[in-house]
Amino acid sequence: MADQVQVNGLRIRAVGPQGCEIEIVRDVSFSIPKGTVLALIGESGSGKTTIALSLMGYARPGVRIAGGKIRVGDLDIRALDADSLAAIRGNRIAYIAQSAAAAFNPSLTIMRQVIEPALIHGTATKADAEAKAVQLFRDLALPNPESIGSRYPHQVSGGQLQRLMAAMALIADPDLVILDEPTTALDVTTQIEVLRAFKEVVRERLATALYVSHDLAVVAQIADEVVVLQHGEMKEKGAISQILAAPGNDYTKTLLAAARPAERPGASAAVSEAVPLLEIRGLAAGYGPIRTDGLPRTTILKDIDLTIERGSALGVIGESGSGKSTLARAIAGLLEPTRGQLLLDGAPLPSRLTERNRDQFRRIQIVFQNADTALNPSHSVARILGRPLEFYHGLSGPQKQARIFQLLDLIRLPRSVAQRTPGELSGGQKQRVNLARALAAEPDLILCDEVTSALDTVVGAAILELMAGLRKELGLSIMFISHDISTVRAICDEIAVLYSGRRVERSPRAAFRTPPFHPYTDLLVASVPELRPGWLEETAAAPGASAEGSSPDPAGDLCVFRARCPVCIGGICDRLPPPLHRLINGKDVLCHHTEEGLGRLQRHPTTGAAA
Amino acid sequence: MTQAALPAAKRWSSARAWAAGLPLSGKIGLALVLFWLLVALVGPVLAPYSTGAFVTYDVFEGSSPQHWLGSDYLGRDVLSRLLAGARYTVGLALVASLLAVVTGTGLALFATVSGRWIDESLSRFMDTLISIPSRIFALVLIAAFGSSLGLLLLILALTYVAGNYRIARSLAVNLDKMDYVQVARARGEGRAYVAVTEILPNMIHPLLADFGLRFMFIVLLLSGLSFLGLGVQPPDADLGSLVLENLSGLPEGALAILMPAVAIATLTVGVNLLIDALPARTRRMGGEG
Repeated sequence: MADQVQVNGLRIRAVGPQGCEIEIVRDVSFSIPKGTVLALIGESGSGKTTIALSLMGYARPGVRIAGGKIRVGDLDIRALDADSLAAIRGNRIAYIAQSAAAAFNPSLTIMRQVIEPALIHGTATKADAEAKAVQLFRDLALPNPESIGSRYPHQVSGGQLQRLMAAMALIADPDLVILDEPTTALDVTTQIEVLRAFKEVVRERLATALYVSHDLAVVAQIADEVVVLQHGEMKEKGAISQILAAPGNDYTKTLLAAARPAERPGASAAVSEAVPLLEIRGLAAGYGPIRTDGLPRTTILKDIDLTIERGSALGVIGESGSGKSTLARAIAGLLEPTRGQLLLDGAPLPSRLTERNRDQFRRIQIVFQNADTALNPSHSVARILGRPLEFYHGLSGPQKQARIFQLLDLIRLPRSVAQRTPGELSGGQKQRVNLARALAAEPDLILCDEVTSALDTVVGAAILELMAGLRKELGLSIMFISHDISTVRAICDEIAVLYSGRRVERSPRAAFRTPPFHPYTDLLVASVPELRPGWLEETAAAPGASAEGSSPDPAGDLCVFRARCPVCIGGICDRLPPPLHRLINGKDVLCHHTEEGLGRLQRHPTTGAAA
Repeated sequence: MTQAALPAAKRWSSARAWAAGLPLSGKIGLALVLFWLLVALVGPVLAPYSTGAFVTYDVFEGSSPQHWLGSDYLGRDVLSRLLAGARYTVGLALVASLLAVVTGTGLALFATVSGRWIDESLSRFMDTLISIPSRIFALVLIAAFGSSLGLLLLILALTYVAGNYRIARSLAVNLDKMDYVQVARARGEGRAYVAVTEILPNMIHPLLADFGLRFMFIVLLLSGLSFLGLGVQPPDADLGSLVLENLSGLPEGALAILMPAVAIATLTVGVNLLIDALPARTRRMGGEG
């Protein structure tokens, strides 16, 4: 079969900070046969998006395509002028961006935006395009394909929006579809739906696609061939099964290793003191005025009970909107809980910031997800690290300086970094400084809110490694909040699963891999892509969230998962609050099903392979 | 080189690099602004004649070697009066806009880090202040208390506090939600530290642009007041009152009325150009970071 896309010796240059040009893509060649999917994989800065954009003849400001040949279909992209490029973009070549929410215009209906490419390029009449769009909506497994087009972007979910964007890209039957990290911003349970829809539609329409991603497991599901990139250079090229089974390049091996986090033995986890370091009892928190029953109007968290032992790591997982970050904020005192109690070393911890004393502040430190916003851009690293030192420990002058250097050594950054501002550091370096600021306080407990989510797999793995080492060295307790099950499983001694603000399961690490689970945990575990092709086909389709299916819950104490639960018991789950029961392997599960019942329902062919 | 001179030299070279990075319009603006600042600073010293001295019997005289910009409606030297007048206009406007921006921003930061009630009441008070038409407000106050430099300064500052407060508060409220401010809160920092150390440095660029705008508005308001005869009182004169007193020279196209008008125009246009160049500059610096 003829190659639909051919790229030969592509070189792309960018203007550097001193005005001199640097080559950011060096001699990249690949071809995509018609009807297949090629994946570009690499970390941020590897040039994968730059290459993807160059296939449309586009280079970002300050960047130019310096050499090489790009052929898509029968078009020589580099020979085209601006007008001819405009004529093929969205028509012959379509682009699906990472954030669909940012790519849709919030004030136009979805249908109008989806059929826009066809109308602009005059490939179809309005009626034809709309009929085709509805067909695409159906193929992409979107709910209510006939009517979803008349909604506005904010009225559909993130996963649906991503699929609608695929419909927009496919409306003009392009020769090539470029997907730029289309599922990175989604929860695992949503990601699996979107991936399945993409795969289906690509196969049915024989579309040729370029899939840009940093996630090998996702790529394994959708791509036929893979190009591994690092610093703008091709490291390896081959069929996906070959890359996964027998990587020929060291960098590919590193990527593979980072995608499968190794389990770290818990620190001295056996020290089970009588009094836990932090105990959370019946915590409720939210926003808005407080109602008569003591709950705020918008309740984010309800009835949360958790304990963190000294020196142990507690993992908190859940999808976006489950209240993970709110929990961290409530413990840090940034959000006042409306009910419940916090006990630090057995002594009550005031919920208001103003009532806590400096020592209580020092003992609990919070590390935010996004180091870009967590570090003050106008302060130098030395100032950022120095402040907690003088604030909590009264250090100044040479003593403070020495401690700052010590901290930089601890997080393995060169001392020269001290005089720089966060803007001059890379993402991984910033996250290290973010962590070091918390360490500077010499805390007992660090609340880590998705600290590795914004980082590349390799960099994230390095940060996790660092944290595990520090934990052992300093005897820290960590509350590790994440949506990524594999990381939590790798580093935490105990795992709590949050769904919609309720703790639906608590499990010791040893028991977390094996069923029975809470039905939601089961869905989460089953949704994490595995590093092998064919996993997507084997995994049963999970039922999507259906708001219509949920029954009214005036008291707010029914099972929060019942609308999506595949094993919901009619007449019980929608009428009685679920009981909390302790399973034989030490798990606490909030569900009507008995241990045997759950065990019977959850015999997955894949779970055994994962363990 | 002494130790003190080293950072000064460094600052000077970085300032030059900054100026060199401005677009052409910004450079023109910067040159105009620097020129007027210089005039305000040393102008009266350079003036060939005393401000109030009658130096010729010809009124509305044209340019001559003795009187470069001719004479005004009473036969006084226009250049000398312009040099003295620039000090009033630039000086008053500078001090008034500084006063307005410092007060407005200070209150905005205070409102942001304080509780909801202080924020609400301060903001509503500022809304009230902003709803009063500035010129009428100025006229009423001057009518009540008579015109004096101190009162002028107060009026000019008061008029523009509310606008600056609004801008500073909206900037500060956004920054207040940033994670690094939350981290500082969770560390147990006091309000003053959060406001001054964490929030203020990150809003300084837009505030500078706002300061420039206020400066320009104040120059125009002051000139307007003086034109109405309510500003700086004779025999002293600012640029606006120079235009007023020589109004009768307009049919003749006398330099005495043209030059003060040109002075006001170049000053405001210069500040405007400089401000317009600033956001692009900030954006580029942000992009590098």
